[in-house]
Amino acid sequence: MNLETIVKELGLEVKCASENLKNDVTGGYTGDLLSDVMANSHEGNIWITRQVHQNIVAVASLKDHAGIILINSCEPTQDTLAKASQEKIPIMVSNLHAFELTGKIYNLLEKKD
Amino acid sequence: MPVQETNHISYQRSFYIEGGNFNYAGIVSTSIKSILKQMDFPSNVVRKCSIVCYESEINVVSYARKGVVNLTINSNTIQIEVIDEGPGIPNIDLAMQEGYSTATQKIREMGFGAGMGLHNIESYSDAFIISSELGKGTRLLMTINIKQ
Repeated sequence: MNLETIVKELGLEVKCASENLKNDVTGGYTGDLLSDVMANSHEGNIWITRQVHQNIVAVASLKDHAGIILINSCEPTQDTLAKASQEKIPIMVSNLHAFELTGKIYNLLEKKD
Repeated sequence: MPVQETNHISYQRSFYIEGGNFNYAGIVSTSIKSILKQMDFPSNVVRKCSIVCYESEINVVSYARKGVVNLTINSNTIQIEVIDEGPGIPNIDLAMQEGYSTATQKIREMGFGAGMGLHNIESYSDAFIISSELGKGTRLLMTINIKQ
């Protein structure tokens, strides 16, 4: 399943790098501790977080994440958007909280099989 | 006469890290990752190098005045050496324990300083050496084997 399908199904707002919505999503990781995400997430994962600062882009880029979804309608900072556009990491925003959003994405990814 | 195995240096480069500046945190790790990818190293080798390099870089930004990263690629290993000028670590055994952290509230709010950094570095390195001198700084040497 690619990001575009998840964006459509869940009504996510795409903040940047919309040219990369064809990125394939291999799974997901939910977390706000950057070391935890660094150690345990995988290539192609969608990362669900409420951290909005620019350091999330380096983590997503180093781990080759498909994209980042910010929960609770959190807005990324300008620095974050600039960096994510440069690194071509799509950032999306959801009005759902982490538990609900994670569950919905998990179900979408399970359903595709 | 038996052939002796050698580990020739094929690439060496140094990078500088500014302490306290989170705006550039991760930039050295990102550069190193792209160098390793361009050299076509296996993805699990690149992944391990990225993790250990990023965690070390964040430690320098979080705690030290400045630091240098020396990347050395040999025929059998990739070595990442991180030397900082900073306060040093009073008790290395304690600092290595998962969950132990001296991070400020500001650093924690950004999602760093959860006491996982050094632990992750040790877990993802094939060999890891740490030494520190109070009031001077800390040196980390991480070795990743190219053949996993």
